[in-house]
Amino acid sequence: MNITTKLLILVAAIGLAACKNPDRYGAGANGALGAGAGAGLGNASDPSSAAYFNQSIGDRVLFLVDTSTLSDAGRSILMGQAQWLNANPTYAVIIEGHADEQGTREYNLSLGAKRAAAVQDFLISQGVAAPRMRTISYGKERPLEVCSDEACYAQNRRAVTVLQLGGGV
Amino acid sequence: MTKLTHLAAFALMAVATLAAPARAELTIRLTDGVIEPMPVAIPTFIDEGGAGDIAASLSRVVAANLVGTGLFREIGAEAYISQVGSFDAPIAYADWQAINAQALIVGAASAQGDQIVVKFRVFDVFSGAQLGDGLQFAAPAASWRRMAHKVSDAVYSRITGEGPYFDSRVVFVAESGPKNERLKRLAVMDQDGANVQYLTDSSSIVLAPRFSPDGSRILFTSYQSGFPQIYVMDVATLQTRSLGQQEGTMTFAPRFSPDGQRVAFALERGGNSDIYTLDLNSGQLSQLTNSPSIETAPSFSPDGSQIVFESDRTGTQQIYVMPASGGEGVRISNGQGRYGTPVWSPRGDMIAFTKQNQGRFHIGVMLTDGTEERLLTSSFLDEGPTWAPNGRVLMFTRESAGAEGQAQLFAVDVAGLSLRPVPTEGPASDPSWSPLLP
Repeated sequence: MNITTKLLILVAAIGLAACKNPDRYGAGANGALGAGAGAGLGNASDPSSAAYFNQSIGDRVLFLVDTSTLSDAGRSILMGQAQWLNANPTYAVIIEGHADEQGTREYNLSLGAKRAAAVQDFLISQGVAAPRMRTISYGKERPLEVCSDEACYAQNRRAVTVLQLGGGV
Repeated sequence: MTKLTHLAAFALMAVATLAAPARAELTIRLTDGVIEPMPVAIPTFIDEGGAGDIAASLSRVVAANLVGTGLFREIGAEAYISQVGSFDAPIAYADWQAINAQALIVGAASAQGDQIVVKFRVFDVFSGAQLGDGLQFAAPAASWRRMAHKVSDAVYSRITGEGPYFDSRVVFVAESGPKNERLKRLAVMDQDGANVQYLTDSSSIVLAPRFSPDGSRILFTSYQSGFPQIYVMDVATLQTRSLGQQEGTMTFAPRFSPDGQRVAFALERGGNSDIYTLDLNSGQLSQLTNSPSIETAPSFSPDGSQIVFESDRTGTQQIYVMPASGGEGVRISNGQGRYGTPVWSPRGDMIAFTKQNQGRFHIGVMLTDGTEERLLTSSFLDEGPTWAPNGRVLMFTRESAGAEGQAQLFAVDVAGLSLRPVPTEGPASDPSWSPLLP
């Protein structure tokens, strides 16, 4: 199954000066209430606001240890996310997949990617246009809670739907 | 980065001295499961003119290297009965025997132009004979630590029969900041923690750097574009370029092929990670695995013919070996628990790995067919071993538990002896050992 695709080689040399580009989605990865940089979250009482999405609908779903299967509770949250996204087409989303620290770094990157993809696939099945969504895995690099107990691990095994202003990435 | 450019100027010559055949008595075999470290005396190297503090510093670094292996115990100078007055003075063996020194290392340094010249001899005290020829190294004064590592390598190799590894560097991730907002930047240092140089700033998450086989380039994963992807950096110039990326994919876990011409890595698309290789010259991408499970962490065999990797296709992470051209792979890990991050030894004889079992993490080694598994460490979180150039010592990341948990580099030998922290300025993770410097 060799040579299925050819990768674009970007020969542009990226010097150190170009490495200053900040981590654009860092706010979301750190668990802050998302929405693109500079965009206000709005008033949580306004159903079309990002604040309403984050707080009333819920921007994240949790996973069991070493799984990427959506729970019933997770599906319920995601159905709400899909309805909201379908009603507010000006937003795009970045779906972040995260893992707890019980795993090797590279395995957890893959696991986070599976979690983000599970959310994306579900949102697509609920009518959210695929081009509005991108996924990113943080593996175990950005825990939300910092203790080394299951209470924290459970909150860290998550996929977070981070709103971005400007529909269609 | 000019450190690495000194290499070409490095001169190494054997001096014709009182040659003596190696004696069987003064040997350590790593496979013996050494119990008692060999007592060694390392009198302060003699300044034969212009070497100044460097002479004494050389002998201290040599002692630190040897003692750090766990195979040697240094006898302090306060116990010496006789002093070594000059490099060519006859050895008073009885005086060294009396303090139970088995090995005696005599060295001297001098300035010759802009160079420092170091020479040394190893003596087998109880046989009353020199072990091998004396050796002499010359290098700019700024490279004096490299000369100390060269001397250490020569002594270590003569006594253990193993290949050298002290004259090498380690690239790693220097960490700072709280656990939920960790700042990471690439850094490189000598294997003993000296001469640290930072290669990136901490504006983007960087992960798991890996040296090229000749030590001139570093592969790593960075979030600098906003998404994780692989970059390659030239160590001398710090010039960095992306390996190229398709929209909507993540690339990570890169490693060079032994010839440095290809990169094996994991590519994630639609949530599924598989292993690919990229030919750095032609840009040709080849997919080696095609499975809905997680395949990642590829590492080439030293002859380039095979790749060891991890897969959870059976439900848990396990280690597999496949031809370097791809294929199903043969599972080689068979114990309890989960196995990941396999790395093929540069000697070809073993595969190091991370194992998770019953809530603990271990660094271990097994033969390349998966037999003779041996766990070398155990802690809350040990992961990501990298081999020393001689294939007999491993460095890895150990992370402590809890909100204040931090990562630190540790080293251990393949017999599971001499587990020790590697000194770094702050928390550190993801070490990758360079080849022996030229």
